[in-house]
Amino acid sequence: MMKRINIKNISLLAAAALVLTACEPELDNAIEEGGVYTAGDADFSKLVTVGNSLTAGFADGALYLDGQTYSYPNILAGQMQFVGGNEFNQPLVNDNLGGLLLNGTQITNNRFVLTSNMGTPVGPAPLAGTPTTDIANKVTGPLNNFGVPGAKSYHLGAPGYGSLAGVPAGTANPYYARFSSSESSTVIGDAIAADGSFFVLWIGNNDILGYATNGGDGEDHNETGNIDPSTYGGNDITNNNVFAGVYQQLVQGLTANGAQGALVNIPDVTSIPFFTTVPYNAIPLDAQTAAFVNQNYAQYNGAMAAYAQTPLLSQEEATARTISFAQGQNAIVILDEDLTDLPDPTQPGQFLPKLRQATPNDLVVFTASTVLGTLADPSNPASVIGVGVPAGDNLVLTENEQQRISTAQASYNATIEALAQANGLAYVDARAVLADVANGGVAFNGGLLSSTYASGGAFSLDAVHPTARGYAYTANTIIQAINEQYGSTIPTVDIGNYPSVTASDNVN
Amino acid sequence: MNKLKLFLVLGLVSAMAYAGGYRVSTQSNKQLAMGHTGVAVVNSADILFFNPAGLVHLESKLSVSAGGFGVFSDVAYQNAEFGTFADTDSPTGTPIYLYATYKVTDKFSAGIGVYTPYGSNVTWPTDWSGSHLVNEIELQAIFIQPTLSYQLFDSVSIGGGPILAIGGVEFNRNASRSLVDEEGTRSNVSIEDSGVTGWGWTAGLLFTPTDNFSLGFNYRSLINIESTEGTATFSNFPNSTLVPSNGTQGFTATLPLPAEATVGLSYKLNDKWLFAFDYNRAFWSEYENLDIEFADGSSSINPRNYKDSSTYRLGAQYTATDKFVVRAGWYYDESPVQSGYFAPETPRNDSQGYTFGFTYQVSSKFAIDASLLYLRFKEINESYDFYSDPGVPVNAPFAGTYKSQAIIPGIGITYNM
Repeated sequence: MMKRINIKNISLLAAAALVLTACEPELDNAIEEGGVYTAGDADFSKLVTVGNSLTAGFADGALYLDGQTYSYPNILAGQMQFVGGNEFNQPLVNDNLGGLLLNGTQITNNRFVLTSNMGTPVGPAPLAGTPTTDIANKVTGPLNNFGVPGAKSYHLGAPGYGSLAGVPAGTANPYYARFSSSESSTVIGDAIAADGSFFVLWIGNNDILGYATNGGDGEDHNETGNIDPSTYGGNDITNNNVFAGVYQQLVQGLTANGAQGALVNIPDVTSIPFFTTVPYNAIPLDAQTAAFVNQNYAQYNGAMAAYAQTPLLSQEEATARTISFAQGQNAIVILDEDLTDLPDPTQPGQFLPKLRQATPNDLVVFTASTVLGTLADPSNPASVIGVGVPAGDNLVLTENEQQRISTAQASYNATIEALAQANGLAYVDARAVLADVANGGVAFNGGLLSSTYASGGAFSLDAVHPTARGYAYTANTIIQAINEQYGSTIPTVDIGNYPSVTASDNVN
Repeated sequence: MNKLKLFLVLGLVSAMAYAGGYRVSTQSNKQLAMGHTGVAVVNSADILFFNPAGLVHLESKLSVSAGGFGVFSDVAYQNAEFGTFADTDSPTGTPIYLYATYKVTDKFSAGIGVYTPYGSNVTWPTDWSGSHLVNEIELQAIFIQPTLSYQLFDSVSIGGGPILAIGGVEFNRNASRSLVDEEGTRSNVSIEDSGVTGWGWTAGLLFTPTDNFSLGFNYRSLINIESTEGTATFSNFPNSTLVPSNGTQGFTATLPLPAEATVGLSYKLNDKWLFAFDYNRAFWSEYENLDIEFADGSSSINPRNYKDSSTYRLGAQYTATDKFVVRAGWYYDESPVQSGYFAPETPRNDSQGYTFGFTYQVSSKFAIDASLLYLRFKEINESYDFYSDPGVPVNAPFAGTYKSQAIIPGIGITYNM
């Protein structure tokens, strides 16, 4: 009798234990179970993204595996999985070095890392190692991310932009050649063929950026009136009407299947540390050197003073062109092609150099940091670049050049906004949010995201492209615009969990 | 005179107190089944833990009791703002106990106990969103307690003994929220130590004014587990002088196993029914910080700021037949973790324990004990606010919704001679 009860109780207890241990703690409103977030009026089942390096996940001067993992499209696709999104395929490279090979020969550099010395940061240098991504090994399988580093608006529709054969000649893009569907395919054609239910298009940055990063050393086709992009150089500004026409076609193509989407506008070049890191007055001089240099400019300054007395030169420009150094930090001497042509009184038929000292309104490019202060002629100590020898036009973005850029940018953004409205698409004001990052920074949980080079967290070591954290912030901006447009509730990401720049001394 | 002495002793003891945190109250199958009451319940050799003063009340010459438990404990976490979620996949904890007591004379007993009152086993998915706080923690302490018990007066017995605690810890977490090496692998720090010893003591008093009423007091002292010979392993840091180097080094850390005081009573209604009530107070405020000092001079300061906390326990025992005793109980366990200090390494909020169990007397000497504890936690929105990434002056609270649950079945044997 007792034995029976005992066994019965033991088995009851065992059964109870089994039942209870089998059930895990469950939250009342579990994300895991779905139903916390809604897609609103949008269909996020298949995301397709189209654009340039920013869409590819390019960072630290290269396209590397980890950077692609943290591309804004991949972050976005991850969050869209809460509202019906599915797998997101990217043309992943092979390694975290990021350099590309063409038939075994390296054609692009490895990514930058931040070097250090005894606990103090030194600067960017390419990560050592032999990259393994050969563009001749084509990416196969379906793709969702059609971001092509270096692409301008009109490249997306250019047949042959992904031709492997065209890469050595420079007529094709190595990044697109890796995954182009054929030698004559177009980026936009491949993207449209992916047949997304939702797309993000972010293109046009390079239509002004090439001009900007080369210090305005290119053509502004809003001035030349040239509307044939096949004749454009890499550092030119795309004509506003060309951009508008191309962009309209891209949107038309992507929406042809009824897809919804988001259009991202073009940020200010002044938002990126490439133009805000090197100061206009980068050169320190002692009193003795300043006096010596001033003597060397005495003749040029005299000529300016003389021309100011003539109708050829305004007093204002003459003052701007008068070179003067003093003890302390000095504005660098630059070549400014927008200055007035002045005949050289001592050499008939020749013109005086278009020299002036930089002002706080000039933007010195990031790459100038390795040039300024060095000797143009190693045997001539007076040939210090930025002092005795002017910094080249390609190192400084003058106010006039900035004006050309912002004029084009404003026109592009007007086009993008109008097309977003006309097509009922989300309009992402990346310009505004990146300006916030540049102007004092944006606070997040556990930190401040700013555009300060290396330490600000937003920009990678190439000073142009975001870090993973910067891309996460970008993804959040896009998510917010999508939620606003479509009434969805896609959650943002915690950007503090995304890496900033990588410090490493594994460099050559 | 005797009364005054008694009053003084009572006053001293009751001013002191246990619960929550990494305390695991599973020191007896019999008593766990009664809500883990027991400071005034003389059932078996298990009294050695609950109140050493009770040893002398055991009728058998030799009493031995041993058992173990399986702790099936899991935690679900999510943060709806960011869509992050994680569930622990913790290994099953296995607390054990062994008590042996010997009645030397009618008034004097001696015994020894081996038990594991502290432990924590929490395993989150590696690199989850709270991995900068913890990936995995395994903490255990085994206590060895020689005990003497003496019948001071007819109605008062006392007991006590030293406690040797032997502890071990393994703790793994990522170096920060975002630091990775050149390959994008999260930088990680883990510390490990075992065989760390510490000493403490326990003392108790049992007041038995009548045959069916007992009042008990027990105090257990603080034991600091001071780890000085463990190893800290830094891995997947990038090769840079801006961050710590990969490799192994020493560390020091102190983990307090707090003092606790218990007061309780038992009442024997008749031959069938016995009721017990215990009040525990655990002096967790000792646990202010988890500070890890590494041999290279760097350190990790982790504020904990626990508060003293109470546990209220109720238990009942029904002697159905000579051979069969059933038990049930309930307790309310206040968490020592204060709001804003809710770290996922010990995600404990207030809980309620529901307990059941029975003893089956196989023979006059030998019995089997079984128990089951279901520990229920309310869903809670909490955060740990005192983390900041290295070199960043701003704290990065880690917030979310937690839901915990623990199921603890146990089995043991009792032998009386």
